Amino acid sequence: MHEYSIVQAMFDRIEETARAHHARGVRRVSVRIGRGAGVEIALLRTAYETFRAGTLCEAAAIDIEEVPVRWGCPHGHGELRIGMGLSCAECGSPARLISGDEIILDRLELEVA
Amino acid sequence: MCDTCGCGDPELVSVPVHERILATNERVARHNREHFQDAGVLAVNLMGSPGSGKTAVLEATARAVAGRARIGVLVGDLATDNDAQRARAAGVVAEAITTGSACHLDAEMVHRGLHRLPWRELDYLFIENVGNLVCPAVYDLGEDVNVVALSVTEGEDKPVKYPTMFRKADLVLLTKVDLLPHLPGVQVERIQENLALVMPEPRLLRVSASTGEGIEAWLSWLRGRAAAGALRRTAGTPRGARADEASAGPAAARG
Repeated sequence: MHEYSIVQAMFDRIEETARAHHARGVRRVSVRIGRGAGVEIALLRTAYETFRAGTLCEAAAIDIEEVPVRWGCPHGHGELRIGMGLSCAECGSPARLISGDEIILDRLELEVA
Repeated sequence: MCDTCGCGDPELVSVPVHERILATNERVARHNREHFQDAGVLAVNLMGSPGSGKTAVLEATARAVAGRARIGVLVGDLATDNDAQRARAAGVVAEAITTGSACHLDAEMVHRGLHRLPWRELDYLFIENVGNLVCPAVYDLGEDVNVVALSVTEGEDKPVKYPTMFRKADLVLLTKVDLLPHLPGVQVERIQENLALVMPEPRLLRVSASTGEGIEAWLSWLRGRAAAGALRRTAGTPRGARADEASAGPAAARG
């Protein structure tokens, strides 16, 4: 249940950003979560709904964009095809993760006076 | 705010942030990592299910290196310092980090734990994470290497069920291999195949804490990683420092 810790860390970042913009509140929170990041989207949503009461995010909806896991060749032979193993079909190099492990606060819609 | 014409309504602005949510943890982890590298300590984040044999591996490691290298252990558990006591009984310095309800260690907990341990005098610091195959994978502690203990009784498909944990592992220790003769249904090849589906460079070492099988290979892997770390440090020092001095191990490299 580290989704609760992630939401707490997210509120810290939101508060910093809101303060920097002298915002009165937050209307919308957009995050990007990789499918390989080890974060359960449903639990993240529940944690957000549980903790937002009494915070700047009280009236803010959350948008969660899921990012697929993609692997690529570290020597420039492009992206690996899904289900073909984790080494490059051309040069045999072990693949490198291109995307899918992000836990990112992407955008905020802020109420400013 | 005016109900008639809406004057005074807040203005909405859309602000791009593009920040990693766990940036604070990552900052503390970076700080821990710099500490470890400056002091020439190889920090190992040891993860695995509850009961996978993490503490037993550490006990066997402590027995095997007795007098050859200095080992310390930070043990994360929800409650009790039982595992720290076991490590101390095996002859190494150990402190418990009691997490309360937290299902994982984070970099700040490790940093606080370091204050209670003479970690600068060590060659190897093992951070035994909370028994859990999900949450610990998300938190960087500042470790040099991630090691996952997977016992032979846990099921051959564990790697594909918990891909994030195994993807981040530098090494998987297949523990309790002395039980394999009693488990005709368990095929190590199947575990290896499943690891290859989630780890680009699957590395599996078979160990048994009770018979000592594989422990020398495990120590040799650790020495290799420590030497690689020392080599990187030496490469960063002024000309005249010899990189090959590092290959004798972290204690020798520190002179």
